This record gives sequence, structure tokens and C-alpha cells, in this order.
Amino acid sequence: MKKLLFVFSLCLIGFSTQSQEVKKNKTAKVSIEVDGICGMCKKRIETAALKTKGVKFAIWSVETHQLNVILDERKTDVDAVQKSVLAVGHDVILDEENKIIATDEAYGSVHGCCKYRDEEIITDHNGELKKQKKE
Amino acid sequence: MKKYIISSFLLFIPVILFSQTTFKGMIMDKNNPKDNLGVADVTVHWLNTNVSAITNNKGWFTIDYKLEYKKLVVNYLGYKTDTLTIKNLDPIHHYITPEGNLDEVVIKSKRNAVQKSFLSTANMFTVNAEELLKAACCNLAESFETNPSIDVSFSDALTGTKQIQMLGLTSPYLSITQENIPSVRGAAQVFGLTFTPGTWVESIQITKGAGSVVNGYESISGQINAELVKPFSDNKFFVNAYGSLDGRFELNTHFNQKVSDKWSTGVYIHGNYRGEKFDKNNDNFLDSPLSDQINVMNRWQYVDAEKGWVSFINVRFLNDEKQTGEIDFNPSLDKGTTNAWGSEIDTKRFETSAKLGYVFPELPFQSVSLQFAYSNHQQDSYFGQKIYDIEHESIFSNIIFNSIIGDTRNKFKTGLSFTHDNYQELVNITDYDRKETSAGAFFEYAFDNLNDFSLTAGLRIDTHNLLGTFVTPRIHARYVPWENSVFRASAGRGKRSANIFAENQQLFASSRVINIDDVGGNIYGLNPEVAWNYGVSYMQRFNLFNKKGDVTFDFYQTDFSNQVVVDWENPQEISFYNLDGKSIANSFQVEVNYNIAPYFNFRTAYKYFDISTDYTSGNLQKPIQPKNRFFANLSYETPVKENNAHWKFDVTFNNIGEQRLPSNVNSLGYSDPYQLLNSQITKVFSDKFEVYVGAENLTNVQQKNPILGSDNPFGSNFDSTIVYSPIFGRALYTGLRFKIK
Repeated sequence: MKKLLFVFSLCLIGFSTQSQEVKKNKTAKVSIEVDGICGMCKKRIETAALKTKGVKFAIWSVETHQLNVILDERKTDVDAVQKSVLAVGHDVILDEENKIIATDEAYGSVHGCCKYRDEEIITDHNGELKKQKKE
Repeated sequence: MKKYIISSFLLFIPVILFSQTTFKGMIMDKNNPKDNLGVADVTVHWLNTNVSAITNNKGWFTIDYKLEYKKLVVNYLGYKTDTLTIKNLDPIHHYITPEGNLDEVVIKSKRNAVQKSFLSTANMFTVNAEELLKAACCNLAESFETNPSIDVSFSDALTGTKQIQMLGLTSPYLSITQENIPSVRGAAQVFGLTFTPGTWVESIQITKGAGSVVNGYESISGQINAELVKPFSDNKFFVNAYGSLDGRFELNTHFNQKVSDKWSTGVYIHGNYRGEKFDKNNDNFLDSPLSDQINVMNRWQYVDAEKGWVSFINVRFLNDEKQTGEIDFNPSLDKGTTNAWGSEIDTKRFETSAKLGYVFPELPFQSVSLQFAYSNHQQDSYFGQKIYDIEHESIFSNIIFNSIIGDTRNKFKTGLSFTHDNYQELVNITDYDRKETSAGAFFEYAFDNLNDFSLTAGLRIDTHNLLGTFVTPRIHARYVPWENSVFRASAGRGKRSANIFAENQQLFASSRVINIDDVGGNIYGLNPEVAWNYGVSYMQRFNLFNKKGDVTFDFYQTDFSNQVVVDWENPQEISFYNLDGKSIANSFQVEVNYNIAPYFNFRTAYKYFDISTDYTSGNLQKPIQPKNRFFANLSYETPVKENNAHWKFDVTFNNIGEQRLPSNVNSLGYSDPYQLLNSQITKVFSDKFEVYVGAENLTNVQQKNPILGSDNPFGSNFDSTIVYSPIFGRALYTGLRFKIK
């Protein structure tokens, strides 16, 4: 009897450790920084993120450049989201120094007014952004 | 020793007070109160100190706290700097508002007061408070005069109540909701719109064609939803006083107060009074009724953005009294006699409603909301020697769950609803009592490919004690074929029980005999009305001479498979019977909006209605319904000065085509076309104060003989129901608005 109990409890331990390992969040909140400048970029970035299999919700802020994503960890991960964003031509900012740069080909596909690497276009948009905020 | 103990205690107290040395809070943007993610990078600091903090990407901040810090300054580029008084250490939730300066005003004037939705799947547009101010008066029924999609007409020569129509069908075929809770229905059908004061309305959403299944199965031709002002965002204090030369006075006051961090409340009081008797057309009858209305509402709003709870609680009481009829009619002496013909309509209404919404903080796409409403409507009235009393008690409840399938491109809404209506109706000496109870379940799926296509498909199943068990399908689709254009299509079914007396109250003010063709149905012996509505619309935005504009074409058809036909054709009687044959309403509209110059907008529309029904006397056009209408509105604002002072000018023109008259009222059988002109001028002195002057029916169009047989109101030819143009001539009014933010 004692033996049986022991085996049984062993089994339970096994289960609990296992369940901890496979426990992947169905609705994990992830935030990554993505470069872009305007409402058009916003739409492109959000669409790309959302079209990644397993992503449920995506919102990008023009001001903070944060892309907030809710994803199903069983189906996807942050890398996949980053890849989708890069594929439509938007750089992923890891920290102050490190960036994952989108390919020239991908960057070339964004609309003329969305060329976020161009200083002139950024200043142009900043003026507009101020106006938008004041609205 | 004692002394020491006391002093050591005293020493401890400050320590206890100081023990919590940080203060937390969240900063959000008022323009987007649903976004519980907050605003990042907002600077907060204690007034006259260097102690500051910056919000994180969720809008939260934590700042060092000392007892002497009382005022917290919130600063964000492009937004107003706010100084908050901090009384305790409970976390705060603060909304920042965009800064107002000259730049802002320029942008503001470009924003249209009527916003045609480009993204919505349904053919919907929003009329905001700014547009409602164009026609200063006075209640919901009168707020559509600058809007071509809704037609306003007089219902009868006595009560002067304005009726609205959409797609050529009267308001019973529309679903009119107040914050998505059905409001103008049942006993309130005819006068209900006059029970919502204009200043209480924040915005109106108008949807043409089949609506959403979430709001029920009753709507056939469209939906009108009125959003009321919110205690949280409305002015702290507001007053609107109005007076017109036709003897009408109105007063509106709003008081709003923030009770705590999360609770706000508002008290709204409306009163209107008309005590002077007018008989300009010398028919011995009052041109407009003597009236007296008191309308009081108290709203409570609860917002906890952090936890995701939102709630509204409303309580409202209305007392409305009208007296009409012959000039010399004195109710206390002449009621029920044939000394003089007169009528009194007294309404008391109590309503309360509550809404509770919960957004899952971790899942912004998932929410649950609960709506509950109760109303008691009591109308006691008589028209000459005819008595009409109705009491309608109503319970409405709806629970809605919103979520997604896979991702936010596939959304759904599902839920359950329960309604109960108890009618007690007395027509002369006959009681018509009935109870209606229904329970239903609905599911609505919305697809959006995030680019050029979206679709909403809904289905509901209801079981109703008098209408039976039935299915209501509705579908809307939107497609963008090329830039700046939208193509929409919709189809749907609606079913309802016709409230024949409440909806046709004007019939009592005539000598017509009431005739109901009992076919053994459950409602007055009649069967319920069932109709299908189909519609297509196309909108194109354009840029002409560097000025923005848009043009919309739409065509809708309502095809009744069953209808309660209201037959006015025989001048001696009014008959209600179930449709035998066809009844089709076709509506075509083309509307153009154009911004001629900065601050100068032009809107015009042409409408064509073809509404025909198989009456017992044959297939006829709907009576008192113009086939052709033309509408134009011009508005101009002077540039805004620094103190926000400016002028606003507004003119509306309507051409109403000929209308078929039931029975041979005049030898031709058709009324002549006529033109109406309304205008208003507003002088804004500052953010706080403005004055307006306006005129309705400037050209003084009047129907010559609105009351047939007015010389002998108890005779067999008395009829006040054939009204196709204004009865009252030119009406001038003036008023003022004062507000404290």
C-alpha cells in the first residue's frame, strides 16, 4: 500500500513538473520597439503583426514606437512577429545601440512618406504630429 | 514617564504618516478613454519642487511623496498642463486634454459636424453636438432638420408633433435607441422623440437599412441611436434658455460633478412651456397646443480604467401636458361635452436604466456588457368625446459578450436578451390589454481583412408569446474598389407588432370611424408585420479645386411580406387590415457635401420615394408623402478670434414635391409643391457664452385649411389628419447658452 502511494505521488510530481514545462501562455503580452513615423506605418506594422499566425491583437504607437502584441505562445513567438515586421520594411529596435535592420528590398517597398530612415521626412512628420496632437 | 510615552507616541505618528513615501497614478488621453494602455512619457512633478517622474509605456508613474506636497503638475507636449490637488495617497487616474490654441481651431473647423463613416460596414453616419446646434431647437424630433437622410413632417393639425421618416417609412419602422437601449417604442412611439431635450444629446448615429441583430429584431428601415452627454466629460454647468414668438419657452440646465476618482454624476433639468393661444388662420382652433413639460434626469457614471469596469446608471422622470382644440375650450367646464371641441394629452413617464461593461484588462479585445432598462409610460388623453388611455410597462435586458476568433480580424458578439411589455389600453369604452414577452439569443460575426473588405453577418432567434418563434438574419458588407470610395450592401429581416392606436393617435382627432379587420391574429386581431430590407450605397470622396467633398448614392427597398395597412382612403373611416398583396417602399438618395472655402460648407441632396401599397381600393401611392424632395444647407463660420469669439450662419432650404392626398380633399387629389427656408445666426462671445437668433419657415408657407369641418367639430366631416404643409407660419426664436467647463 505504502509503495502504491509512493508511486502515485511520484506520478503526481512528474505531472506537475511536466505541466510547468509545457505551460505556454495562450495570451502572452509582448512589447517590441519598431521604427516608423506615421499613421500609414501604423497600419502596415499592425497588419503585418496581426497576419503572423498566432498573433491575436496588435497595436503600434506613433509616439512611443512600441508595438504591443498579444500572442499565443503555443503557436508563435517574438521572433516570428519581428520577422513579419521586418518583411514589410520596418526596423526592429532592440535597445539604444542594437537594431535589426529590414532588408533594402523590404524598406524599398514602403510608401514614400513612410521613409523613416530619412531625416527630412522625419522632421516633416514631426510638424504634422504636433498638429495631430493638438487636434 | 507619562510625558515620555506621549511624546514618543507623537514621534511615531509622523513616522507612520511618512511610511508610504511614494504616490502612484495613471495618465490617459481623454480622446481615447477606452485605451486603458495609458499615455507613455508624460512628465509629472510636484509643484515648486524638483521631484518628478515619467510615466511608463502603460501610462503609470510612481513619484516620491512628502506630506507637504499637495499639487501635482502633469505635463505632456501638445497637451494642456494640468495641476492636480492631491488629498490622499490613493492612486489617481487622470485624463489629459489636447492643448487649445489657434492651430487647433484651424484644424477643428475642417472637421465635419456630420461624419460619414468610411470604415464602418453599415451605411452609418454620426451627427455630433455641433451639427445639432445648427437648429437650436429643442428636442430629438427637431434635431434632424439640417440632415437630408431623415425627413421631418407634421403628423396632424392639432398636436403639432413632428414625425420623422427614413427611407419613406415612419418612425415605428425605425429602431430608436438611447445609448443602445430601445427608447422610443410602444406607447411612446408618437411623442417619444419630443421627450429627449436636444441639449442632452451628445451625438446621434444614424444607420440606414437593416441594423445589427444585437439591438433586437424590430428595426426594419434603419436605426437611430442617441448618445447622451456624459457626466464625466460634459460641462460642469450649462444653461440654455430659448424663447420664440410663437410663445414657446424652454430652459435647460446641466450640473455635473465628479464625486470621487471613479464616480461622476450629473443632473439634467429641462422645462418647456407654451401658455399663449394662437389662431393665425382663423379656424377657431389653436395652431399649436398649449404645453408644459418637465423632464429631469440623473446620471451616474463609473470608470475604473485600471480594472476595466465601466458603468452608467440613469433615472429619469417626465411629466408632459398638452391642451389643444378650439380657442374657447376650457377643460374644467367643457371636457366630455359638446360645448366646445378640445383635447388634453397628459403623459407621465418614469424610466431607469443601468449598463455595466467589463473589458478584460489583459485582453483588450474581450469584453462583457450588461444592459437593463425599466420604463413605465402612462398617457391619459381625450380627443373631443373620444377617450384614449394607455399604460405601457416595459422591461429590457441584454447581455453581450465580445471577443475574437483567432485574431482581431475575426470578431464576434454573442448574447441573450429578454424583454417584457405590458400594455393596458382603453379606446373609448373598449379595453385592449396585452402582454408581450420575448427571449432571444444572437450571434454576430464581423470580418475585416484590414484593407478593402469587411463584413458583418448576424443571426438571432427569438421566441415571443404573440409573434411566435422566428429567425432574424442580417448582413452588411463593405468594399473599397479604389481609393477614397466605399461600396456597401445590406440585407435583413425585421418583425414587429404594430401598436395601431399609439402609432396613429391623430386618428382620434377626426370623426372617422375606426375599423379593424379582425383576422384572428394575436395583436388587435391582426398579424405581426414582417419586412425585408435590401440596400446598396456608394460613396466617393473627391478633391475639386483643392477643396474636399464627397458624394453618396444610395438605394434601398423595403418589401413587406406582411403589414398592418393603415387605410385613410375613405374620408368617413380609418381601417386597419393585414396586407393582401404587395407593399414596397423604394428610396433613392444622392447627397453631395462640399467644402467651398475654409469655414464654408455646402450640403445638398435629392431624394426620390416610391412607396406603394395594395389597399382594398387598389394599389396606391402612400398618401401625404412627397415623391420628390430637394434639400440644401449652407453653413459659414467667421474665423475664430483669440478669445474664441466668432459668428456662425446657417441656412437650410427644402423643396417638397407634390403629395397624393387620401380621398378627394381637393379636386386634383394632389397637393402643390412648396419650399421651406430655415435659418439661424449664432454669435459666440467666448468659450462660455453664446447667443443665437433663428427663423423657421422664413417664407411663411401655410396650409390654408388644415382642419376640415372646423366649423362643426362634432359633425361627420371633422378631420384634422390631412396635413401636408406647415400650419403655423413663420416662427422667430432667440436664445442663449452659458457654460462653465
